[in-house]
Amino acid sequence: MSRTMFVVAFVFSAACAHLAANAVPFTLKSESVNFPDSDKTFPGPGADAINNNCLSCHSAGMVLTQPALSKDAWTAEVHKMIANYKAPIDPNDVDAIVAYLVRTKGK
Amino acid sequence: MSSGLENDSHRHAMTRRYLLGAAGLGGLALSLRGACAETIDLPLPGGPDERDITTAFPQKGAMILQRTRPPLLETPWSVFDKGVFTPNDQFYVRWHWAVIPTSVDINTFKLNVHGHVNQTVLLSLQDVLAMPQVELAAVNQCSGNSRGFFEPRVAGGEWANGAMGNAKWTGVRLKDVLDRAGVKPGAVQVRFNGLDEPVVPDAPDFKKSLAIDHARDGEVMLAYAMNGEQLPVLNGFPLRLVVPGWYATYWVKMVSDIEVLDQPDDNYWTKTAYTIPDTPRANVTPGQTGVKMIPINRMVPRSFITNVSAGATLPAAKPSLVRGIAFGGDSGVASVDVSTDGGKTWTPAQLGKDEGKYSFRQWQSQITLPSAGKYSLAVRCKNASGEAQPDTPNWNGSGFMRNVIETTNVVAS
Repeated sequence: MSRTMFVVAFVFSAACAHLAANAVPFTLKSESVNFPDSDKTFPGPGADAINNNCLSCHSAGMVLTQPALSKDAWTAEVHKMIANYKAPIDPNDVDAIVAYLVRTKGK
Repeated sequence: MSSGLENDSHRHAMTRRYLLGAAGLGGLALSLRGACAETIDLPLPGGPDERDITTAFPQKGAMILQRTRPPLLETPWSVFDKGVFTPNDQFYVRWHWAVIPTSVDINTFKLNVHGHVNQTVLLSLQDVLAMPQVELAAVNQCSGNSRGFFEPRVAGGEWANGAMGNAKWTGVRLKDVLDRAGVKPGAVQVRFNGLDEPVVPDAPDFKKSLAIDHARDGEVMLAYAMNGEQLPVLNGFPLRLVVPGWYATYWVKMVSDIEVLDQPDDNYWTKTAYTIPDTPRANVTPGQTGVKMIPINRMVPRSFITNVSAGATLPAAKPSLVRGIAFGGDSGVASVDVSTDGGKTWTPAQLGKDEGKYSFRQWQSQITLPSAGKYSLAVRCKNASGEAQPDTPNWNGSGFMRNVIETTNVVAS
């Protein structure tokens, strides 16, 4: 009987987040913080289109640390931003954005 | 807003920034310039390797800056050698959208539980804190952790191995929260939404769903604390979903809305984003097409050396202590083995304290490199379900689910 109890208890504990032993009531306090921003822009010639269209949703840093990618890959990335993430990119700027990425991050 | 955050003013700032375009950037918030005194080189194939180390983010110590806005902050590798739990102030950070509340008032915040339920309930944080308290140690790992090591390289956050962390989570069972509303027969999924919002109004708000049985399994939690402290804002204060054994994309931060669905979720973030090839190890050949895609789900085993870096020198013909961390994914660590010959032969490592099957587990091993020369140290983990790390890397276009056996090249002298 006691062995059965042990098995039941073991199965229960394995299947659930553990009820906190000696649980003490937890208290929370309100939070107010500030997030830093980045003043980094895309450098070099031909960067106007990417600076004007892309920096409202994300800072430049992650783009500048991308590996060298093919023109097809960069084209797909820009179109993913437009189609999936609704980036309000001026259609006339798409070619210039892809061209900048291919020139600075192409292979 | 009833959820008790100063979101509207922030949203206004974001909208204004959008209108101003690049010319307006930097003037509305703290600038990072000057805050980055040092850099770190990540060993990513083909580079670029250099990243700033930042201390500019609230409630965070030194972090690897992958992106400022929305924040992507990687845990420096040295942190993982210090203990089995990752300190809150160096726990990695990953947000999808830049409109993140900077203030949350615990007295007015509400958690809305609604949808295919008997009665909609609005829970205060006091209501949540009064429910039975549970705790669980679990690894939170980004789907794309280690993406920067994929070859050929793929676009995305170019993480090294530090987009993961392990914490002891304290909170309540999601099942108990759902029971307050009463799930109706016919429910199929539960969808979670946090307080973050897209910058562009018609862009898809970040939401994720779990199957109803998963959501009610007694393990999935709503956490209000990690490692004994309330969550840092950037890690999801005041409530974060904890989905043990599953990738972090499901661990929705700042959860304020739980919707029980009677139809499968067709929102972008569940149906389209974060999908993997339905193949073993989510592995495909670069360029392969016509592969069925499924939502990413459970994690797979991984293990790492934490006290020896690539290129380190160890003494020849003398014992050296090698140690690190391992985790089993969705089951516990069964064994960890160490190799000093690039994986030709293996020796079992000694496992540290078991903090639970979803936790990091520390391991250590005494190794002796017999003579001067070059050696390839490797470590591998097998989980309690019998799943072992592979000796060749997987590849997919999103850079998800890397878990190849890691190798560290060293010199003995």
